[in-house]
Amino acid sequence: MIITDIENKGTAGAAAAIKPKKFNLHRLGESVMGVVFFLSACVSIIAVVLICAFMFVRGCPTIAEIGVADFLLGTEWRPLNSTPSFGIFPMIIGSIYVTAGAIIVGVPIGLLTAVFMAKFCPRKLYKWLMPPINLLAGIPSIVYGFFGMIVIVPIIRNVFGGDGRGNSILTASILLGIMILPTIVGMSQSAMKAVPESYYEGALALGATHERAVCTVIIPAARSGILASVILAIGRAIGETMAIIMIAGNQPRLPDSILDGVRTLTANIVLEMSYATGLHYDALIATGVVLFVFILLINLLFNAITSKKER
Amino acid sequence: MSEKMRTYKAHPMSLLFSIITKIAVIITIAIFFFIVGYVIIRGVPYLTPSLFEWEYNTENASMMPAIITTFEMVGIALLIAAPLGVFCAIYLVEYAKKGNKLVKWIRLTTETLSGIPSIIYGLFGNMFFVIFLQWRLSLLAGACTLAIMVLPLIIRSTEEALKSVDDSFREGSYGLGAGKLRTIFVIVLPPAMSGILSGIILAVGRIVGETAALIYTAGTVAKIPGLFESGRTLALHMYVLSNEGLHMNEASATAVVLLVTVLLLNALASLVAKKLSKGEK
Repeated sequence: MIITDIENKGTAGAAAAIKPKKFNLHRLGESVMGVVFFLSACVSIIAVVLICAFMFVRGCPTIAEIGVADFLLGTEWRPLNSTPSFGIFPMIIGSIYVTAGAIIVGVPIGLLTAVFMAKFCPRKLYKWLMPPINLLAGIPSIVYGFFGMIVIVPIIRNVFGGDGRGNSILTASILLGIMILPTIVGMSQSAMKAVPESYYEGALALGATHERAVCTVIIPAARSGILASVILAIGRAIGETMAIIMIAGNQPRLPDSILDGVRTLTANIVLEMSYATGLHYDALIATGVVLFVFILLINLLFNAITSKKER
Repeated sequence: MSEKMRTYKAHPMSLLFSIITKIAVIITIAIFFFIVGYVIIRGVPYLTPSLFEWEYNTENASMMPAIITTFEMVGIALLIAAPLGVFCAIYLVEYAKKGNKLVKWIRLTTETLSGIPSIIYGLFGNMFFVIFLQWRLSLLAGACTLAIMVLPLIIRSTEEALKSVDDSFREGSYGLGAGKLRTIFVIVLPPAMSGILSGIILAVGRIVGETAALIYTAGTVAKIPGLFESGRTLALHMYVLSNEGLHMNEASATAVVLLVTVLLLNALASLVAKKLSKGEK
């Protein structure tokens, strides 16, 4: 704006005199914006550093204070007792059970769906089938939880009856299995599509049927992409919070069967944050640290697999 | 067709495999329509005018304050995240030189950020914005937390969009004597706009549906909040209602509004993205 003002007011001579200044202003703008872009680019680094710093600085001393073994392997979570005990082993086991259940439910269906979408699906149909699968990823977890609460929980309760209230590992596994479907389908099918067509044609030329070619050639060739999708799904499942809280029962004890309720690491944080103070609050942060470490390991594994694929 | 049947007869396992993949697809698609259909059919009858009254009280369980809070939350979070994300992508695509170490770190950290579950963001937000910066449970604390959460999404989609702009555009612009900044804002950004927009719309969808990151950063007060006041978004409103168990019908009506909004946003995002790929042709 300033530049054009000067240009409009000035005579030809003045404009010539000002010209170098205009050039400088321009240069100044360029370098200022260059710095702005650079700083914006650093925000994600700063954010990760801050998150790690706050989590670990607050969480690690707490774990040391409670005792590493007592915290990680203790089976008693009684934060409000006069002599409180903070053992999160049941929650770790709960998270692992629920995640494993989700994988057992979600991976076979997801993988077979991906095979169909990548290799069997007519193009016309693909256009209609893919959007619903993608939209499955867009449904908020709170809505999933609500759906689980009013549909899956009563079904489990009616089918298995007895003392179970329907809030169980099984319920959580089924719902989480549904929630990870879009992740698995999306990534696996693009991995399968990326396999060179010549592999498939070669298998056909050797007399394999279409299905056999897909099973024995395409799927093995796409295995790192498929594995990456499963790992990403594990990350999703272990970090899922709101849907789990509404359907998993949340009892902090070691489950005896898949019809028992469990509490996951994520649920532990949300359930007790509202009234936790002092060491209790710190213990919840430490629970978050354990979850965070799980996630970082999963990310590391994911990066290792995808970067290997690129090579 | 009969030839196909003959092949299948000779190879029954192939037929079996083909059938189970079809079953899997039908299950996946059916699950989607069942969830959406069930939530909508169950909730729509309870969408009464009293749910949209201006003030929330325990009798009407109105979602109006929550809706407005959601708009505020989306606005503020995007105001922070959109420029940062777009600028970061501009740096990555237009400024950074190949083999730049910083770029490697930015990539690594954005990937890490996109893998962190929302409850960890909530914990961090509670420790940093709420307690350390003493913003208390507030709209701003929630919005900042969400801004960090959606940052990788915006960075990635903007990056893709910028990369898809042909280099000849840039060369032409430089050739005509335009500076770098001018080239970016006048030449590169306009054709990349639909890609960037689709990323931002996806981010809006995530913000609208988010609960775990907000519960201990923005709090759960059912009023229309100012910047430093606590307020609950629609998703959080729904969680509180269904958690109390007193207003299940109102909760299911809220679920309809939430679900339809988020699905429309997602559909819109892919529509806008499709426009981009068509424009390329």
